[in-house]
Amino acid sequence: MSVMRPLRSVGLVGYGAYIPRYRLPASEISRIWGGDEEGTVAFKSVPGLDEDTVTIAIEAARNAVARARIDPVLLRAVWIGSESHPYAVKPSSTVVAEALGVGNACLAADLQFACKAGTEALQAGIALVGSGMAGYAMAIGADTAQGRPGDALEYTAAAGGAAYIVGPAEAGCATLEGSYSYVSDTPDFWRRPGQNYPRHGGRFTGEPGYFAHVLSSVRSLMEGLGRSASDYRYAVFHQPNPRFPERAARQLGFKSEQYSPGLLANEIGNAYAGSSLLGMSAVLDIAQPGDRILLVSFGSGAGSDAFSWLVTDTLPKRQSLAPTTRAYIERKTIIDYATYLRLRGQLVMH
Amino acid sequence: MSLASSWRTRKFRLGFVGEICPQCHAKLFPPRDICPHCGGPAKEPLAFSGHGTVYSYTTMSVAPRGFEGQTPYVAALVKTEEGPLVTAQLTDVASDEVFIGMPVEMVTRHINEEGDDGIINYHFKFRPELAAAAKH
Repeated sequence: MSVMRPLRSVGLVGYGAYIPRYRLPASEISRIWGGDEEGTVAFKSVPGLDEDTVTIAIEAARNAVARARIDPVLLRAVWIGSESHPYAVKPSSTVVAEALGVGNACLAADLQFACKAGTEALQAGIALVGSGMAGYAMAIGADTAQGRPGDALEYTAAAGGAAYIVGPAEAGCATLEGSYSYVSDTPDFWRRPGQNYPRHGGRFTGEPGYFAHVLSSVRSLMEGLGRSASDYRYAVFHQPNPRFPERAARQLGFKSEQYSPGLLANEIGNAYAGSSLLGMSAVLDIAQPGDRILLVSFGSGAGSDAFSWLVTDTLPKRQSLAPTTRAYIERKTIIDYATYLRLRGQLVMH
Repeated sequence: MSLASSWRTRKFRLGFVGEICPQCHAKLFPPRDICPHCGGPAKEPLAFSGHGTVYSYTTMSVAPRGFEGQTPYVAALVKTEEGPLVTAQLTDVASDEVFIGMPVEMVTRHINEEGDDGIINYHFKFRPELAAAAKH
């Protein structure tokens, strides 16, 4: 199948990140549960008592609007990908749109595809703007991910999000060269209705899940565009831990200086639908005109979206219009396991 | 907060939207029907910048119903850039870090919920200004 390209050229006209300030060290989880923290992340971000996917999305979206320098009324879609929407039924996206001051003539929906839901929203935004149906569309990936206490996922399940405004290529900080999506029915991770925690399919997580989908989407995209790893200044991967993206990047021919700037997992954990999009925002904070960026998501269930972006002369003028991803990473308060339980609402108050 | 109140106040709670009086141009927060400065009708919405400074504050150790799980938290009077004094919670800050004159900015956060099956209320709060962080 060929690379996907919209009829009308599109670009990212604004982007914004948000990461909560609290950090739980892996050593705190192994202290309580006696597990092995080797090979996992050093810290994961934890939402405050008053934070959820909606509040994370609002701040990331405000930063994106600040960089885009557009009236939010011009947004014709607000789409949020997450596996932790606060309501089972009632959209997060309408709350976020209202907070931004978006008008009523707007599409709004919540998407669910594990960690790929944010880039799925981005694909939809590209299609909406690229078809000429809308001038601007906002795509957000945000999560307050949960892991069962003591489970391997508890070390990494984190919180954060990033927002992107898709608009005409001529106004973009980065223009889209093409994208490729690759999905299959793979039982690597799931959560049934009414369940507090997800389950994972053990051996399906690595080879049949992450690697099969990520490698397939990237290889198809690069082949379709006639590109090789050396054409890219940066490569950003979904990062459930630091090991998976490093291994995938090396298999695809990328070097450390290409994938390290967008690899945040060791400092903040896995922000699920926000994970690869936060890596992308960290790279956009430092990229220069002419840089080419590969963005690759992965979502369990399973699928991967790969995008090729080319940075324009507009980006340097937008980078300082909102807090950088690094600024949020460095704004941190280390917490212990008891505080973590309180912030995650695990203490019964009545 | 009742459903009706939650719905009616959504723009001011979520977006920190006040008003500007069309007669005397006074900036008003919260929005109201009559301008307290000139007595004329006040209907023109104005999105406030969200920037201000702490005018005064107190630490809440005994909280009203619905806020018990949040103690201790800081409630403050914030002098907005536009002028009006606004009462709000401070967030992302320990009570011993707050001082009068502290630069703060508006964020939209979860404030309470109507039980496990009720509506979730979001509201403006203020946190220490992140502006310096943007220069990183």
